[in-house]
Amino acid sequence: MDFAEHGAEAPEKQGIGEYLVRHLREYGLLFALIAIMAFFQIVTEGTLLKPVNVTNLLLQNSYIVIMALGMLIVIVSGNIDLSVGSVMGFVGALAAVMIVEWEMSTAVTMITCLVAGGLIGAAQGYWIAYWKIPSFIVTLAGMLVFRGASLWLLEGQSLGPFPREFQMLANGFVPDIFPQGISQGVADLLGQRRVNVLALGTGLVAAGLIVWMELKARAQNKAYGMAGEPQAFFLARIGIIAVALIFILFKLSTFRGLPNVLITMGVLTIIYAFFTERTVTGRRIYALGGNEKAAKLSGIKTERLTFLAFVNMGVLAGIAGMVFAARLNSATPKAGFALELDVIAAVFIGGASMSGGVGKIVGAVVGAFLMGVLNNGMSIMGIGIDYQQVIKGLVLLAAVIFDVYNKSKQG
Amino acid sequence: MTALLEMRGITKEFPGVKALDTVNLTVKEGEIHALVGENGAGKSTLMKVLSGVYPAGSYDGEIHYDGALAEFGNISDSEAKGVIIIHQELALVPLLSIAENLFLGNERARGGIINWRETNRRTEDLLRKVGLKEPPSTLVDKLGVGKQQLVEIAKALSKEVRLLILDEPTAALSESDSQALLDLMLELKQQGVTQIIISHKLNEVRRVADSVTVIRDGTTVSTMDARTQEITEDNIVRDMVGRDMAHRYPARERRAGEVLMEVKDWNVWHPLHADRQVIEDINLAVRAGEVVGIAGLMGAGRTELAMSIFGRSYGRNISGSVEISGKPVDVSTVSKAIEAGLAYVTEDRKSLGLILEETIQRNITMANLEEVARGQVLNESAETRVAEEYRKALNIRTPGVFQRVMNLSGGNQQKVVLSKWLFAKPEVLILDEPTRGIDVGAKFEIYGIINDLSAQGKGVIMISSEMPELLGMCDRIYVMNEGAFVGELSAEDASQERIMSLIVTE
Repeated sequence: MDFAEHGAEAPEKQGIGEYLVRHLREYGLLFALIAIMAFFQIVTEGTLLKPVNVTNLLLQNSYIVIMALGMLIVIVSGNIDLSVGSVMGFVGALAAVMIVEWEMSTAVTMITCLVAGGLIGAAQGYWIAYWKIPSFIVTLAGMLVFRGASLWLLEGQSLGPFPREFQMLANGFVPDIFPQGISQGVADLLGQRRVNVLALGTGLVAAGLIVWMELKARAQNKAYGMAGEPQAFFLARIGIIAVALIFILFKLSTFRGLPNVLITMGVLTIIYAFFTERTVTGRRIYALGGNEKAAKLSGIKTERLTFLAFVNMGVLAGIAGMVFAARLNSATPKAGFALELDVIAAVFIGGASMSGGVGKIVGAVVGAFLMGVLNNGMSIMGIGIDYQQVIKGLVLLAAVIFDVYNKSKQG
Repeated sequence: MTALLEMRGITKEFPGVKALDTVNLTVKEGEIHALVGENGAGKSTLMKVLSGVYPAGSYDGEIHYDGALAEFGNISDSEAKGVIIIHQELALVPLLSIAENLFLGNERARGGIINWRETNRRTEDLLRKVGLKEPPSTLVDKLGVGKQQLVEIAKALSKEVRLLILDEPTAALSESDSQALLDLMLELKQQGVTQIIISHKLNEVRRVADSVTVIRDGTTVSTMDARTQEITEDNIVRDMVGRDMAHRYPARERRAGEVLMEVKDWNVWHPLHADRQVIEDINLAVRAGEVVGIAGLMGAGRTELAMSIFGRSYGRNISGSVEISGKPVDVSTVSKAIEAGLAYVTEDRKSLGLILEETIQRNITMANLEEVARGQVLNESAETRVAEEYRKALNIRTPGVFQRVMNLSGGNQQKVVLSKWLFAKPEVLILDEPTRGIDVGAKFEIYGIINDLSAQGKGVIMISSEMPELLGMCDRIYVMNEGAFVGELSAEDASQERIMSLIVTE
């Protein structure tokens, strides 16, 4: 038998270098993000990680992250959605028309927008799932249709402004619940002008939770003899993640605290990570993307899952559309133009496979921020939009080549 | 008469298998030579050696063609010498016209620009030769299989063919189309084209062949010349199957209980060609603890039957009923079929049975995730327990259930597929070629698993192209041909000769 060739060896016996080579992809993404941040931090002379810029980074990329969650599922299921930029723009336009022109309440508008996103997803998913029309074509059509539809809705004009409570969706911050005295005390302690204790506390709690969950998972894996990463790697990895999390939240706390959008993004990310990794339906989507015929012959309702993946994508594009419109405080016919490409790029940089069945929510989120940091850093440096596009394109290509190379080496 | 082709001592090995073992084949100028043998006997491999698919040097032995030693490096080498093979699966481009297909890769052109007038004129000539009355511009898509076969032959004629090889040319043809094709072969013989026909239909072989070579287990068993001796179907069948039980089968106490599953009046039509009936009036029953075989040649419709029963995964306009323990059950979707207690272990484990990129564990639980979840939330430790249980029970040789399935050997992959279906807790298992492409040791283990299932009172339907396997394992064997059951034999009555003769004498 030929086990020896195929990773049968116990991880403890492997050299650390060898382990790193085998799992380069997983660490590579994290390292790349850190390296890129460090690079821009230096060349922008510290501007990148200034509290105001960290806050901006999160706000700027929130809608991409939100859509990347849905896009990951669509891509894992073996499909693609080219229409999300247009759908996002359309839903933003719908929100503007409802609030500004028809003077409807924010709550009714938000619900209508979510339903509209879902219906759009359903309308596209129907042809893809039940008529087996390639998703590339259906959503290419959708991209044109909804781009046109937003132009029509807005009659070619920008529409705004939004009422305050709608703007809060993107530009609001969670107020600090701790009394002034405590905040001041913490600020003095850390040598800062002011500190939002809620934000800092959230960072500490989140970091603690991640460390606890990772430790638990590691213990469980060990109990079942599952090959885990070497101790040093494990500690280094969760250490970096925990420190980075606390660092980011600390930066936020010295500016205006927790952005509402960060909460939305964080909660959605956790829900989708749980959904994809720990639920029956999530697992089945991976099976569908991994081998549709085998999944179907195992009793998995592949058509329905494909359909639902697109409905879900539509709803998330709806959320993103509202966040985007709220952030600009107006809906414009060009909103979301070519954004689908950023979203798709984020998912592929995050390690998803074009052929489906492979990809992680966390990867997609990190991929989105990697693109975001690139955008932001290059803008601060004053690099022209021409070079920015070229560099982003090359980064995407490099990430995918890296994937393919890694795979061929592992055989 | 001189020999056009002489293959001497051809031996071809694949990793772990000797597909051909010192095979000799002599084909005389101007004759029709039939090559017969069971599935997997090595006929197709031999023809691939001849046509250069397996290039000179990758096999041992010598090929003498037209009086000289021939060393073909690829198909174009052999085609240049006039050796042309028409495969069972036709190699035509459906959305191109007849004329375009005939001269594909051999275009009538000057400087890259196609001369359509000449192309069409020559196409008409060729079509007249093969007796096909269609305009050259007709899309191949619009032709039936019989006419497509004629286009293939016309294509061979366009290349100055001297030795034409037809691999099961009538397998997919209707009776009248088959007759027309055989007539055409005889006519081509008159024009001096030497031909080799591979066929399972012995009546056809007898009708056209001047000599017959029988191949079994990769060696030549006999060559008969119809001009000097009488060839009977009995002779051929005996030579085809006359081997000892080469493998051993674990013993099993045979006791069939109540009828567990019954399929009544099952009819299925082809999913694309709505007028072609694939399964005709099939009635089938399995008792508890019984292992029932379905014998037949490739293309007999066995897989189509199994998949159409299992959640209508094949075909359309399906009619008939399925009863389990005397009660009618709904098997119209795969999940309903699983719920009704059915499981289908596919013959094509790589593309239909497994997700190769995923772990053993995830493959095993795929068909019954509910069992390892509370509501929607998966319990991964329960999942691992289940996977470990099956790994031990079925002796899947792997360092752990977190290994990816693609890293396993064929036999172990097959055990993963079996585990998946055992975990779905079925009453009746349909095993489609359960030992295809796995080594002897793993085969024996799979037989043991089948016996265990029978001892637990499950019903097993076993589809296999290896007749000794069916004879060694089954209590009862249905013989299937061209979409219908042509016979049913009990274990005592069954023999390879009887099965073969039921198939070949329609």
